[in-house]
Amino acid sequence: MHDHSGASPILITLSVFDLALAAVLILALAVLSLRLQLGIERRLLVSAMRTTMQLLLIGLVLKLLFDNAHFLWVAIMAAIMITAAGHEVMARQKRRFAGGWGFGLGTLSMFVSSFTVTVLALVLVIGSTPWYAPQYAIPLLGMVLGNTMNGIALGLDRLTQEASTRRAVLETRLALGQDWNEAIADSRREAIRVGMIPIINAMAAAGIVSLPGMMTGQILAGTPPVDAVKYQILVMFLIAGGTGFGTVVAVSLGARRLFDERQRLRLDRLRAATD
Amino acid sequence: MATLALHQFQALHVGPLDLTVGAGECVCIRGASGSGKSLLLRAIADLDPHQGEAWLDGRRCSAMPAPSWRRQVALLAAEAQWWSDTIGAHFSTGCKPVWLDRLGLPPTALDWEAARCSTGERQRLALLRTLMQGPAALLLDEPTGNLDEDSTARVESLLDDYRRSTGAALLWISHDPRQASRVAQRCFLLVDGRLTAECTTTAEPARS
Repeated sequence: MHDHSGASPILITLSVFDLALAAVLILALAVLSLRLQLGIERRLLVSAMRTTMQLLLIGLVLKLLFDNAHFLWVAIMAAIMITAAGHEVMARQKRRFAGGWGFGLGTLSMFVSSFTVTVLALVLVIGSTPWYAPQYAIPLLGMVLGNTMNGIALGLDRLTQEASTRRAVLETRLALGQDWNEAIADSRREAIRVGMIPIINAMAAAGIVSLPGMMTGQILAGTPPVDAVKYQILVMFLIAGGTGFGTVVAVSLGARRLFDERQRLRLDRLRAATD
Repeated sequence: MATLALHQFQALHVGPLDLTVGAGECVCIRGASGSGKSLLLRAIADLDPHQGEAWLDGRRCSAMPAPSWRRQVALLAAEAQWWSDTIGAHFSTGCKPVWLDRLGLPPTALDWEAARCSTGERQRLALLRTLMQGPAALLLDEPTGNLDEDSTARVESLLDDYRRSTGAALLWISHDPRQASRVAQRCFLLVDGRLTAECTTTAEPARS
């Protein structure tokens, strides 16, 4: 290991050869998967390819964006990011809401939470000029969005799973005259908890068990550790806020959607994932 | 006192059918598995989408908030469901000790853990849970399906008293023709989504 404890941080640029060395790890893992018949070598390789292509591409896009810091471009970039996140949330559901709801539910919730949280942070905390300066806006939104997406996907998945497996209980509660809100309350609470627990755990373990990726990346790229840590704390809080509020919104809307205007449990509004 | 009436009532492959269960009357429905008996009861309780209309004493189901309809036209499902740990947590207003006693349950039954109760105990307790809401009409899906002879007799007698004292309308699904003739004034057979009158028994209706 190199010693970087010196006073002046040095940015060591990685060459293609360096990255290729790291890629050997992935290849080795794929071979192991083949030998153990895990059946995930294809997905592993495709994902590794995707990460390479997508990140290189986004690097170029960000470079372009940073050179042309126009609000419209930042807004378009943000819109693309949220649409992709919405698709990802939908793709992760074992049972998804049919029709536009499958995509709309997660996307709307992420829009409400991630956007609000990121804009608040940009305007009130960071105070960059302009407030939408892409160097701050895009990475922040990306991190908040990525984590909110996880929370919402987990929460919605648990909600629909609860509704399906506990159908008889829910309908008994309805039959006893409880309204939909009361009948689904336990399942909704559970789903929201499930969505929020990963970020709560991440905050509790940060710095002791794990060094968060953003901070690590900043330090590797030469930022003084204390500055990197301050940004990491900010990002943790933003992520927690975005995930928490986003999960609450998504699960609450989803719970409402499980019942129709006569407060019947409508599992026919869910579709099993085809893959 | 309440009359339950169905007009051109239709849910999936059941109906359209017309049926009136008078106040203080018990009507039995029999039919093969899959004939749609439970489906019919679920739709009357407005738990499933349906066509046509159900009336309780001239009040339309669709004109009432669903929860209050379901409190008055109460469905007792064949499989009793419990979600809290103790039985008592499911009884918001407690349970009449005399009813527990009549079903052969001790007063401490409310302290029992739901998960540790036998199927028969759960079924009897579920009936009491529903009766404590004081429904005006009862939709009973094989309420004695998991009970022995003694408990069956106790349930039949309690439901008979409830019907007579409150004038409730009972729609009772049973597999057993002998039970049908014991508890019901009229019996129907559900075949191909249609109700055919099967028998008129001598069991007397409630005082009017």
